[in-house]
Amino acid sequence: MNEEELNKAKKAIGEEYQFIHGDTAVAYGALLAGCRFFGGYPITPASEIAEKMAKLLPKVGGKYIQMEDELGSIASVIGSSWTGAKAMTATSGPGLSLMQENIGFAHMSETPLVLADVQRSGPSTGQPTLGAQGDIMQTRYGSHGDFAAITLSPNNIQETLNYTIRAFNLAEEYRTPVFLMLSADLGHMREKVRIPDEVETFERKRPKVPPEEYIPFGKGEYGKEKVPEFGVFGEGYHTYVTGLTHDEHGFPATDDQQDHDKLIRRQVEKILDDREELTDVEKRSLDDADIALVSYGITSRSALGALNKGREEGKKLGYLRLKTLWPFPIKEIEELSKNVDKIVVAELNLGQMYHKVKEHADKDCEIALADKIGGEIHSPDEILAEV
Amino acid sequence: MEKKEEKREVEMISAKEIRDKYLRHDMMPHIFCTGCGIGNVLDYTLWALEKEGLDMDKTVFLSGIGCSSRLPGYIDVDSLHTTHGRALAFATGVKITNPELNVIVFTGDGDCMGIGGNHFIHACRRNIDITVIAVNNYIYGMTGGQVAPTTPEGDYATTAPYGNLEPAFDMSEMAISSGATYVARWGVKRPNQPINSIQEALQNKGMSFVEMMSPCTTAYSRQNRMGSIEEFWDWYDNKTILAEDHERIKQYGSEEEKEELKDKIKVGVLHKEEKKSLSERIQELIEEVQV
Amino acid sequence: MIELNEEYCKGCNLCIVYCPRDALEPAEELNEKGIHPPVEVEDRCNGCRLCELICPDFAITVVEKDEEEE
Repeated sequence: MNEEELNKAKKAIGEEYQFIHGDTAVAYGALLAGCRFFGGYPITPASEIAEKMAKLLPKVGGKYIQMEDELGSIASVIGSSWTGAKAMTATSGPGLSLMQENIGFAHMSETPLVLADVQRSGPSTGQPTLGAQGDIMQTRYGSHGDFAAITLSPNNIQETLNYTIRAFNLAEEYRTPVFLMLSADLGHMREKVRIPDEVETFERKRPKVPPEEYIPFGKGEYGKEKVPEFGVFGEGYHTYVTGLTHDEHGFPATDDQQDHDKLIRRQVEKILDDREELTDVEKRSLDDADIALVSYGITSRSALGALNKGREEGKKLGYLRLKTLWPFPIKEIEELSKNVDKIVVAELNLGQMYHKVKEHADKDCEIALADKIGGEIHSPDEILAEV
Repeated sequence: MEKKEEKREVEMISAKEIRDKYLRHDMMPHIFCTGCGIGNVLDYTLWALEKEGLDMDKTVFLSGIGCSSRLPGYIDVDSLHTTHGRALAFATGVKITNPELNVIVFTGDGDCMGIGGNHFIHACRRNIDITVIAVNNYIYGMTGGQVAPTTPEGDYATTAPYGNLEPAFDMSEMAISSGATYVARWGVKRPNQPINSIQEALQNKGMSFVEMMSPCTTAYSRQNRMGSIEEFWDWYDNKTILAEDHERIKQYGSEEEKEELKDKIKVGVLHKEEKKSLSERIQELIEEVQV
Repeated sequence: MIELNEEYCKGCNLCIVYCPRDALEPAEELNEKGIHPPVEVEDRCNGCRLCELICPDFAITVVEKDEEEE
């Protein structure tokens, strides 16, 4: 993004230091990252993201639209992204369920977009105003078929702002939907943030060849090899984009086993090949730890309380926070499980990441689950009870 | 759509030139059944594009799922072949993001009036500046002839083996009452009116809806015994009446003529009005509040 | 002069049915696709191009006679 655009965004956002909640931080981060389209539908506890975007986007020349439902929201975002905008939507569990159809389309058509999910309890309408971490698996396995997801999980408001920028950068770099996971507590919690002065942004790679030589779903020529360049609508590339299995040129190739295999493997590998590069964890007190607390998002703040309290009581606890949930940090968990006797996974569901940790941990390491549902976050004692 | 400032002189160009200019020949022959009218809808659209002189580098076609939704694949242009019923929502994102693009959506009766009904009425309500060309064949063709929201009451379909129990939607009436600013309906048998009408739809700065009644010679015809291809094509012609004639008979016709009207489908330009489009209003808002 | 792209023609015969001058008729022989494609009846076509437009398959082109001779 150029200097002028960034300054416009900063001007629209206002003061350098602000006391804001997570939903607002998403809107600010999006603006700073260069997001210029938001298609949304009201839903508690994510509505404030849409409200902020409705107010701010026109000020920076961006477009906001409230669609007729979540199916339409994500569809408008994909349409906008193909027209060249950095585009996003925001929702919560029930909306995320409705969006799965076109999330699948975004994977299949390799469309960059950001989806902020402010989680609430489910299934179904559940507890609209209360937080949860029940959508983690849905971002990874929600659509039918094979795909790889990038899912980020901040745990404070400044990080929410920064990670919204990161989400846009990853979406652009990998030509893929990126999920930014909040929860009602994080979305509605206020903290002081600083609006960054400098923002590093990534712009999707555009083709440099003339239209007749452009291959929209082939090999990347200037960036990552498995991420093809993106020919924006209206620039003469005449790209055909379909949710059907397609060949390198984008045309339906629905009968051939090899065409499908080649396409989907590349789409999955473009993300999983970079698993370690995408892995992002925060470690505390692990050097001498016997027991590690593994958590993410809002729950990691309770886990930090548990770490401090446990250490005071003389327990040799350590702390690992997953900031990137998908791709799963396999190597980090493998190493961790070799160095400790026990891992306690704390999360606001009845066990989602717990199973992933179990899958990749050393067989001699005991894995326990500190689960909690119902809309309250863990107290440190509830996590310590599983130690 | 961007209106031309002066009337463009259209030279009589040959069908071969049209096809070479717009079609992706490597995708041809198209997938449509023998005697199906969807190919004609494509042909008439190409002629309208040529007459209007749209820049194909600044034009985007979108579609959902179904027979008609395969059309953008045959045109050498940017296009999004999306999910079932959602093309209008994708198109909304395209048009709002770059209002300079000409946005055209191909859809069918199932795609538009069934699964996509909500997106359809809202796109009309917003009067977003796009052109929708809807192929109405009264049935789900691609999936093998299941009953559609447009299937006439009593007609047969694979999922209405005893005859359709449900009343049908009238797509064009729905478009008008939802707020579209140009609405026309034509059969595929007569080429010139639809060509002119699609051109008018492209010129309208707002939501334009052109319903093209097109015979499904495989799934619908077989189950409803419509006879040979030409008998079916003639049936469409006999079944329709020009909107002007309809109005005249309603006012001045004999009782006998009025009785006959009951079984007729109105064709023609059914609605036209001038109203600011959403894309235009968003641009105006930006100019007003931009920092 | 009526030119036919046999690869595109699916044999619906609409061009034959709707030609106002009866300038087309089905070929006697079946072609490779198993259809009787339209063939031109000599000296009937007046170049109205209706068959071109009514053909659902982009298979027919009407060309001017003298153009052809050149």
